[in-house]
This record gives sequence, structure tokens and C-alpha cells, in this order.
Amino acid sequence: MIAASLQVLARALAKREVSSVELTHLYLDRIARHNPQLNAFISVDEGCSLAQARAADERLAKGEGGPLTGIPIAHKDIFCAQGWLTTCGSRMLNNFVSPYDAAVITRFKAAGAVLLGKTNMDEFAMGSSNETSFYGPVRNPWNADCVPGGSSGGSAAAVAAALAPAATGTDTGGSIRQPAALCNLTGMKPTYGVVSRYGMIAFASSLDQAGPLARSAADCALLLNAMAGFDERDSTSVERPGEDYCREIDAAAGDRPLAGLKIGLPVEFFGEGCRPEVMHLVEAAIAEYRKLGAETISVSLPSMQLSVAAYYVIAPAEASSNLARFDGVRYGYRAPEYQDLNDMYSKSRAQGFGAEVKRRILIGTYVLSHGYYDAYYLQAQRIRRLIANDFAKAFGQCDVIIGPTSPSTAFKLGEKAADPVQMYLSDIYTIAVNLAGLPAISLPCGFAGGLPAGLQLIGNYFAETQLLNVAHRYQQVSDWHVQRPAGFD
Amino acid sequence: MKAWEVVIGIETHAQLSTRAKIFSGSSTAFGAEPNVQANAVDIALPGVLPVLNRGAVECAIRFGLAVGAKIAPRSVFARKNYFYPDLPKGYQISQYELPVVVGGQLAIVVGESERVVKLTRAHLEEDAGKSLHECAGANFHGRTGIDLNRAGTPLLEIVTEPDMRSSTEAVAYARALHALVRWIGICDGNMQEGSFRCDANVSVRPVGQTEFGTRREIKNLNSFRFMQQAIDYEVQWQIATLEDGGTVEQATVLFDPQSGETRAMRSKEDAHDYRYFPDPDLLPLVIDRQWVDEIARQMPELPAARRDRLATDYGLSAYDAKLLTASLELATYYETAVAAAGNSGAKACANWVMVDLTARLNKEERDIGQSPISAEQLGGMVARIVDGTISTNIARKVFDALCNGEGRSADEIIASQGLQQITDGDALETLIDELLATNAAMVAEYRSGKEKAFNALVGQAMKATRGKANPQQVNALLRKKLG
Repeated sequence: MIAASLQVLARALAKREVSSVELTHLYLDRIARHNPQLNAFISVDEGCSLAQARAADERLAKGEGGPLTGIPIAHKDIFCAQGWLTTCGSRMLNNFVSPYDAAVITRFKAAGAVLLGKTNMDEFAMGSSNETSFYGPVRNPWNADCVPGGSSGGSAAAVAAALAPAATGTDTGGSIRQPAALCNLTGMKPTYGVVSRYGMIAFASSLDQAGPLARSAADCALLLNAMAGFDERDSTSVERPGEDYCREIDAAAGDRPLAGLKIGLPVEFFGEGCRPEVMHLVEAAIAEYRKLGAETISVSLPSMQLSVAAYYVIAPAEASSNLARFDGVRYGYRAPEYQDLNDMYSKSRAQGFGAEVKRRILIGTYVLSHGYYDAYYLQAQRIRRLIANDFAKAFGQCDVIIGPTSPSTAFKLGEKAADPVQMYLSDIYTIAVNLAGLPAISLPCGFAGGLPAGLQLIGNYFAETQLLNVAHRYQQVSDWHVQRPAGFD
Repeated sequence: MKAWEVVIGIETHAQLSTRAKIFSGSSTAFGAEPNVQANAVDIALPGVLPVLNRGAVECAIRFGLAVGAKIAPRSVFARKNYFYPDLPKGYQISQYELPVVVGGQLAIVVGESERVVKLTRAHLEEDAGKSLHECAGANFHGRTGIDLNRAGTPLLEIVTEPDMRSSTEAVAYARALHALVRWIGICDGNMQEGSFRCDANVSVRPVGQTEFGTRREIKNLNSFRFMQQAIDYEVQWQIATLEDGGTVEQATVLFDPQSGETRAMRSKEDAHDYRYFPDPDLLPLVIDRQWVDEIARQMPELPAARRDRLATDYGLSAYDAKLLTASLELATYYETAVAAAGNSGAKACANWVMVDLTARLNKEERDIGQSPISAEQLGGMVARIVDGTISTNIARKVFDALCNGEGRSADEIIASQGLQQITDGDALETLIDELLATNAAMVAEYRSGKEKAFNALVGQAMKATRGKANPQQVNALLRKKLG
């Protein structure tokens, strides 16, 4: 049961071979057993989850269920959920019970999915290792000494260890794809504007995008069907005709299903910077794609080398402003003792935020300051346009871009914690995608030293359906994605 | 002693009369219990997002059209970052580099002469909440309460060029702007409730000098009287400071109505660095030509045009036309009354509106919208003066009766109270004959040359008819009889 795909679970639920309550119990039990070791969840509310499961069972009994009705889903603790502690991995929100549901939560509720729990994450999604969480680091199920990646590390660890059939994450610079790569999962960041950001606690508003973390592209497609859609409460949400993200996956295909597909291989992805054992696996996967009928060509993204620098101006700038609301006045953490208003602000924020969040608020405040704005913020915006132009040019030549997701497999806890720049470089292949607002997927492409590596597929705007299919066709001829870590049966 | 020139620029925050807030959809009504009109967006819960109210944009477009400004086809909302307890997000959404309204001008009248004040820009932004140090029915025990009902109320900030040269010009501008925003229906203009607030940037320079002096900004002037007093004090203080050999430092100052003085609130050194940047939660505001054209078609005739038309169409003096166009409601009231009275009653209507009605409204502290007598009633009454049914004196009774709700129309009151003027020559002649017979002493006095006695006889005639006799006819008959 715990190895079953969402489609198989949905069929079992619809046929009443298993009830949602039984399934939810199964996962709650697994969380109780394994979470102490992994620290993947911040909140679990058995009563609430089981009530939702019972409601789902009623729907299913009447034959009114949809593809996700009754399936337990874990949500990153960045999504506000009514009645749930919603911490964003921060002491600042350690006491914040949300009075409302995020759009993503509402959509999963409407689909009849069960909220299984809220997963651990880097504080305010700032991190690539899940070590910045106020609730402590999450451990990688493939090796407990290693990080699961971040910032959606709790979601990734939970799905990898089968503490949840699937989970949601958010991706600002790689926060879905990098943990997916490090935990042997399939994770997708959709085109900016496809999933509503309403109720998703903002880190960098122009980059943040929610997406699914699951065990296969097919599962991701089912989840995206529930998550995507226009929302008038988010002005950056895109209004487009409805899309069935499973459409191409479900279509019949021969033994060369990707014939005619042009895959672009950016020279910048295949130079220095990537560990050889990871590169080796990526190249093997590309060879597999050729067997599936795809043609590969070389493309170039010359401005990509500037993406980390531009990102670490734009994201902190937006964050410094987005996090100003956490001031101890209306909700959240307030220092127990203070002299006056300014002292209340500074003590509450000094005690409520962790080191990485403070670092980024300082960077962001600096780059927006009078006299520095043009040199940093405006310059970074120019680079952002150059990067988007690079991709536009590349997509004039190819359909999908392929490369590694992360330059290495999971690193050890503490290994990069003292060196922020090394930590930031773990996102060199993912960040440019957020700056351009494009969709991308990470999928498993093998193991090095017992740890999984990820292959990244980048698509053109709104090419999610195609991208999911390209990932799916590889998963039809490979079995990396069905490998599961030992010790979680 | 040098001669000094005063330079003033005005920034005005006009609260826009939309039912909902600019980014949150909650109500903007004034006076509710604290924080009941603040939703998740207004209190800036984690994860909430702003959505622009197009009604506020429409107000900005109306304003831009009314002042002949350029409506920007693309403008950008920016975040103005600072910490304050009544600013829930830690930033105010405003417009910075690219405002929605660019340029424009407003005509002002100072004494006999008219001139224009050039506008720099007008931009949309959200209001902050209020910090309450005391509040009816609540004791904060020395702490500060926060009321976020006002947070997110749409504002149009209207900025002039440093174009005014005296406090009188500044007040004339503020009054003209106040009248205009109410006229075009974008702001209720209620200064006590803070719907219309002005800041004045004031500097002085020696006459003939081209560079501006250092300015100080007087914040939150919420009445025209205070504006005049504050600028006068500030100008006098700046001149005295400079003449004493001192320098004026750039600063923000507050006016204290108690002392009549301005005092510095913060200097340039502690000026905020607001770290403006485009709000990533909002797309650029794009306004297409069709939208502007559609709003242009719905614009009311503007005050200056209406004033000129009233003068031409009804033969009013420039002064009367200006008074009657002080507000759209007043101008509409006047023209509605004229429509009921007929054009020959236009001047009489003007007098009734400006004298009797204004006095009555002032006494009852009402504005024209709450007039106890409708424009149709007033015009109907004037029609009866014009056609000789009643005299102006009797009309005052009719006016009061209408104000007191004693009848639905002047005709009804004239009929029910028997106020119709007596113009029947035979009846009046009989009356005068009787009068002369019973007042032989007065007649004798008149004949001996006392003109006063004549007036007394007229008075007797009016008294006998309870004022209804036509005074001209009474006069003529008496002269004839007394020969």
C-alpha cells in the first residue's frame, strides 16, 4: 500500500477496498513511528485529519469522489490552514494558528484530500538544507547524517520515507526541485502564476511558486490538476483555459514516444561546478532520452552564470519587505520584555528570527537603500531580463532543456551551514528557472554512493503537461523513482 | 531689511469615496467600532495578497480629466517601507516613480484675479490605520490602541508645483481643490473626519533670487483656517530666523492650533529611507484609452464651465455665479429651482438661494443636501412672486411654511392660508374709501404736509388685508384719492 501510486490508491478508495480513514491511520501511524528520527513534520492533528478522512469516505461511498478524494497529503508549513498552527519554520510564528485557508489548501479540500500534517521547512523557506528551521533540521531518509535539501525538506523526507503518499512544497530558487533530487522524488515548480500564492507565506513574491512533491511524474500531474487554476485573490495568478496535466501522460505511445522532441543541453550546465558522479548519471539519462526518440542539441544560456548573484539581490530585497509584517504587534512572537516601541520591534525580531533570515533581511534592506538601489536592485532586474531572454532564445531551438538539478547528492548536516556562499551555490542550476518564471521538474536519475541524484527538465512557459509527459516517459523505462530507502517499511 | 518671497507647494491626501478599500475589499465607512472593518488583508496576516479596486483607479482618472492632466497608460505600485504599529504590513502600497496622473492644473481666484496652480502629479495609495491613545469607552492604561478600520482606505495624493506665493493663494488652492474633488464625486471632503488633509511645503527667498530656499513641511492641516495660520506663522518664523543670521534646516513640522505655532517633528537627519521598490504582488496598472474615454463621457460639467454658463444663461453676476457653483449640489439645486420658476425667475431664485436659504441652512447647520425646502418647492414659490400671486414679503411666510413642512407646494400653502395677493382694483378701492373715512385725523395730517402720515395709511391698508394687498396698487389708489 505505501508503495502504491496515487492512481492505484484512488482506484482502491473508489472500489472501497480501503477506506480513507484506514489510509489516514496507516500514515499517521508511520509518522508516529518514524518522525522522531526524521523530524519531517512540525504539526500533526489526528482528530482533524481523521474527520476529513471520514468526510472523504462519505463522498466516496456516494460515488462522488474525485482522483484525490480520501488521499492523505502533507503540506509544507508555509501554507496557511484554518485551525492549524502555521509556523513557516520560524519561532516568529510558533504561536500562529491560521484563521484562514491558503488557496492551495482550499483546492485540496475541495478535491476531498485529507490534510495529513504540516511539514518542516527552512525558516521562511530560506535555505537549501532544512537546517535553518526553528524546529530543528530534517534528516534525509537515505542517510540520516545527510540533509534532505531545502527549503521543502520536510515534505521531501516525508514522501521519501512514505510518511505521506505525496506532499506540497514551494520553490523560490529550487526549494521543491533540490530536495526532490536529494530524496529521490519527482518535484515540479510550475510556471509562475499557475498556482495561486494566496495564503502561502511570502518569501520572495516574484519568485515563489507552489508545486507538488511525489514519487512519480504521473502523481505530480494528478496533484497539479488539483493545485493549478486562476485565483482572483492573487493578482499575479494567470487566467487561462483549464488544463488536464495528465493528458499527455494518459495518451497511448509507441516505443519511441518522444520522437520529434528536441532536447536542449546548455553548455553552461555541463561545464565545471557539477560533481562528476552526478554528471555521469545525468548523461546516462540523456542517452536514455535519445533511445526514447528525442534529439539532443547544444544550446547556450550565457547569462545563467549571473543568476545566483541576481537572485541573492532580488529575493532578499523582496523578503526584507515581506517579513516586515512580523513586528510583534498583531500576532506572532513578541519579546517578553522591552522598553519602548522600537525596543519591542528590535527585540521581537531579534529573538523571533533565526540567523539566515536576519542575514537576508539585512542584505535586502541594504540593496534597496538610497544610493544602492540602482547598483544592486535595478542591475539584478536587468540580469533577470537577460536570463529570461537567454531561455526564450534557447526555446526557439528546443522543446525541453535538460541538465542536473543539483551539483551534488545530499551533503552532510552541518557541512555547509557555516558557509552561506557554498550553500547558495547548491542552487546554481535551479535559480535561473525562478528568475525567468519557467516550469521545471526534478526526477530521479540514479544513485551515487547510495544517495540519489536528480535530473532537471525545464520547459517553456505553461508547458507543464508536456514536461510531465517527458518525465513520465523516462520513468516508464527506468526504475530509479521506485527505489525506496531502507528502514521505512 | 530685505524683501522676501514666499514659495508654497501643497500635497493633499484625498480619501476616495469608494465603498470598498483599495486592496482588500472591506468597507470604508467611517465611525464603526475599532477594527471591525479590518479583514485578513488589512491586518496583514501571513500569506494575504492585495487586489486593486478598480473603483479607486476610476476616481484617479476622473480627477486627471478634471484638471487636464495626462492619465498614464502604465503606472506602477511601489512599496514604501517603514515600521509603525498602525501600518500592518510594515510598508504602505503607494506609487512612486510612475504615478497614475501626471501634470494638470487648477484655476484659483484670489481677490479679483484668477490664476492657475500647476500640478506635478497625483498618485494612488492606501491609508494607514490609527493609533489611539484614548478612545470612548476604552481605557488603554497608558498604552496605545490600534484601530485598523482606516487601514487600506484609498487615497489620492495630489501634489502641486511650488507654485503659490502667499498663504492666501495656498488657501484659495486648497479650497478650489476641495470643491473640485467633491464636485466630481471622488471625495466627500470631510476635513474633520480626515477625508481631505493637506501638507504645505513652505520656504522663503529674497525677492529676485531664482533658487528656492530650504523648505519645511507642515503636516496634516485639517482646516483652511489652520492652513492660513500655520503658513503665516511659518513664513514669519523663517524670515525672522534668516534675518537674525540663522539658517532654516529642512524639517517636518506640526502646527499647534492652541499656540498658533509650528514646531519641528523630525529633521532631515532622521528622515526615513523608505526603500521604495515596485510591489511584486501587483501587476503594473494599465489604463487603456477606451476606459478613459468612457469615464470622460460620464464626467459632470466642471465648476468653471458651469459658472460661466450660469452667468450667460441666467444673466447672473460673476460673483453670484461663483457662489452658486461652490458645490455641484448647490449648482444643481439652483438650476432645478430655476427650471420650476421659469427663466424670468432666475435672478430671484439666485437671491433666495444665496440669502434666505443660506441663512436658514447656516442656522440649522445643514448643507444643501439636507435642505428643508426642495429646489422644486422654492422654484414654485418664486414663480408665484413673478406672476404677482404673492409679494416678496408674503413669500417669506410661504418659504417658512414650506421649510416647516406645512404644505407640499407654495400653491397649496397660498390656498390653504389665503395668502393670495389682493389685486382686484374695485375691492381695493372700497377698502381705501373705508380707510380714509375711519382715519380722518391721518388724512388731515397728510394734507397738512406730513408725508409720514401717507406711509401710516399704507400700513393700515396692509394690516387690514394681513399683508395681502398689492403694495403698488395701494400706493397708487391712495395718491389718487388724496389728490
